[in-house]
Amino acid sequence: MDNPENLPHPFHPMQDELPPSSNHAFTIDRRKFLTLSGGGLIVALVSNNFLSFAGETLPQESSTAPVGEVAAWIHIDEEGLVSVYTGKVEFGQNIRTSLSQIVAEELMLPVSSITMVMGDTDLVPYDAGTFGSRTTPQMGTQLRKAAATAREALIEMAAKNWNIPITGLTAENGMVVNSAANKKTGYGALTKGRQILRSISDNVPVIAAKEWKIAGKTVPKVNGRSFITGKHQYVSDMQLPGMLYGKVLRAPSYDAKLVDANDAKAKAITGVVVVRDGDFMGVVAPDVRTAGKALLAIDAKWEETNGQPSNANIFDYLLKNASGESGRRSSGDTKGNVEEGLNAAEFKHAKTYNINYIAHTPLEPRAAVAEWIDGKLTVWTGTQRPFGVQEELADVFKLNKEKVRVIVPDTGSGYGGKHSGEAAIEAARLAKTVQKPVKIVWTREEEFTWAYFRPAGVIEVSAGVNKDGAITAWKFSNYNSGGAGLDTQYKTANKQIAYIASKTPLRQGSYRALASTANVFARECHMTDLARMVKMDPLAFRLKNLDDDRFIAVLQTAAKSFGWTNSKVSGHGFGIAGGFEKGGHIATCAEVAVNADKEVKVIRVTQAFECGAIVNPHQLENQITGAIVQGLGGALFERIDFAGGKILNPGLSTYRVPRFSDVPEIEVVLIDRKDLPSAGAGEAGIIGIAPAIRNAILDAAGVALTDLPLIPNGVLP
Amino acid sequence: MVLNVNGIKHEITVDPDVALLNVLRNHLDLTGSKYGCGEGACGACTVLVNGKPVHSCITPVSAVGGKEITTIEGLEKNGKLHAVQEAFLTIDTFQCSYCAPGMIMSAVALLNNNPAPSADAIVKAMNGNICRCGTYPNIIKAIKLASKS
Repeated sequence: MDNPENLPHPFHPMQDELPPSSNHAFTIDRRKFLTLSGGGLIVALVSNNFLSFAGETLPQESSTAPVGEVAAWIHIDEEGLVSVYTGKVEFGQNIRTSLSQIVAEELMLPVSSITMVMGDTDLVPYDAGTFGSRTTPQMGTQLRKAAATAREALIEMAAKNWNIPITGLTAENGMVVNSAANKKTGYGALTKGRQILRSISDNVPVIAAKEWKIAGKTVPKVNGRSFITGKHQYVSDMQLPGMLYGKVLRAPSYDAKLVDANDAKAKAITGVVVVRDGDFMGVVAPDVRTAGKALLAIDAKWEETNGQPSNANIFDYLLKNASGESGRRSSGDTKGNVEEGLNAAEFKHAKTYNINYIAHTPLEPRAAVAEWIDGKLTVWTGTQRPFGVQEELADVFKLNKEKVRVIVPDTGSGYGGKHSGEAAIEAARLAKTVQKPVKIVWTREEEFTWAYFRPAGVIEVSAGVNKDGAITAWKFSNYNSGGAGLDTQYKTANKQIAYIASKTPLRQGSYRALASTANVFARECHMTDLARMVKMDPLAFRLKNLDDDRFIAVLQTAAKSFGWTNSKVSGHGFGIAGGFEKGGHIATCAEVAVNADKEVKVIRVTQAFECGAIVNPHQLENQITGAIVQGLGGALFERIDFAGGKILNPGLSTYRVPRFSDVPEIEVVLIDRKDLPSAGAGEAGIIGIAPAIRNAILDAAGVALTDLPLIPNGVLP
Repeated sequence: MVLNVNGIKHEITVDPDVALLNVLRNHLDLTGSKYGCGEGACGACTVLVNGKPVHSCITPVSAVGGKEITTIEGLEKNGKLHAVQEAFLTIDTFQCSYCAPGMIMSAVALLNNNPAPSADAIVKAMNGNICRCGTYPNIIKAIKLASKS
């Protein structure tokens, strides 16, 4: 079982880009505490040091927070208003809503009385970032305990006020109630004139999922109206008084060096300031258009690097440049003797799967607004790692972290593609020179070219199977894609699994479900091929080789709802695939049609999903549907084309993403396991669609595709 | 030149080839219309010009002088949402919602032109709008709901 709390860090497959966690005390600190001005009750993860500073009587259970603990705090003010402080950020996962529900449930309050304060490094406790489907299992669990601790503290305070024992007191709709005496008192009244600090208790009683009244139900997106009226201010919409607009000079190709730049014409434009700092060169102007003109007016000479690889030779390149070293995490697993297992098999099957680079393409490109006031830098930017970007900025500008504030308003999506702070650094560099606020919004071309991609990779799979469907050997070597989802979830007597780092010509990083999109594809294609070799139904073959009850349940649920055993129209095929990732269990069935011209059409998809107790059914279904739709792109046609250090399709007219006309009939079946802890749902939903379609194409047309995307031109080879 | 946006006339001084989206966002402080691609390929910048959907990122401002321009900010009247906005809110359609203004404007144009569109007509009319979060099935539900009201 993969308990999401114990998973390795799901970040960059190759590089150690994250700051070491030991740099941070994962506790409430004095400065932030003071910003929570006024009185009331605060429940936080606190250290003894801090408690002594606050002059608070130490609750018995409080202790120094262990490093790695999830930090968050809840403040109930003297009016009874509840604010939740978390370093998580809202990118469309609708966690502002689901986390509010979790807190509201434990505090017995309506969701509307909760305010989530998110992703502001001056106000919220340190958080490594919003990725890896960790918000629900980790932050959700922590907030649940914090809210329950607050509730129990309020009940204790009421008991003390009334001078009665706590038995018989309950919390209801923002009040502590003594039903026997028909007395009640509001949370605000209990905290009035006081400043109380409590430590989150690990042992506090929380409300079981089967008793949930607010969590577990569909609650609409918090602030939904501000989004459908266009009023919500994304970073790209922000305006500060006196704000100027920046643009950055880009190299014509990767690894090009700026040799010379004549900026006389640019500087001659009214209001334009040119900033050069080493290879960095940018302009600032009173409006975007003038900034664009100024950039074009710079006469720059670059020395380009020749001989860079392209799509045509990328897979050879990755194999040739394999480091021979395993990656930092999930580097592999060995059991038995895989060569002996292969030799002993009645059937053997070896294939190589090639995975192309793809782009996250968040609809809101990178944007930042930076402002320096009295040596303190404040940057508003859409990043999944506000504290990571704070650290980047502190490093670049040689500042103490306290002198850098990063604020993340609800952002126009990321999918793992906004872990970094490029636009933040650029805006801050330009603002530093002009000493006025500067905004930078990347163009779509910049987003395609200067952000990062889901890694390309080569995956070699050799497996042995016997007539009875037993897998005798499983050898799986992944070059460059990354380690997530690497290990097989099927039983095998012998296995050898490895992730081997290589040298990537394009900048690569995290993606939705990370390398699982590649590893699950290769594994699930291979599993269906093996089933066909031994003439077993692909579902039956999987079930025979599984002992994970949750995986079995989603496979059976998806197959039943899809009608796996139903007869097919001629030219149509069925495919099945699945897996589990970050605590989310998924199975996908797809039906495709292949016509006489070898054109492929995905007709319908059924996906079963289980991630423990469901917090918000509608938002979960939305995530799972969205993951299927997004996954269609990487499955069928998304591919970054590149050559000579240039991206050849850096626009939405040339890089194809799924549109309305690409969407098949989609059925999502959610399994609500109220007996299991809630896991994340943002990622696992994407891993089944590509192999399910590939396997359906094999069933329909007998063509076993091996590369992602499967049919970039819409037709089979 | 004079721009008529959401029923209000604005006197503006810009080069004639400046994109309408730029004027709306940077001169008139109407930031509901979004930049997504700059080449009319994603629909995030969609506004109505004389009732027809237009990609404001590739429309020079000189082309819309004297015409009636409606942006997402112009749909709500006296604090009451447009029926299409109401439907999108009821379905709780979106995730990140960055595409929402463009989607809603395209949907308004479709329903003004065809009050009861078929599923095919919806796909055809909306195919220029991209939602990277993949909420297309919800958007279709919302348009169907709006078509009934």
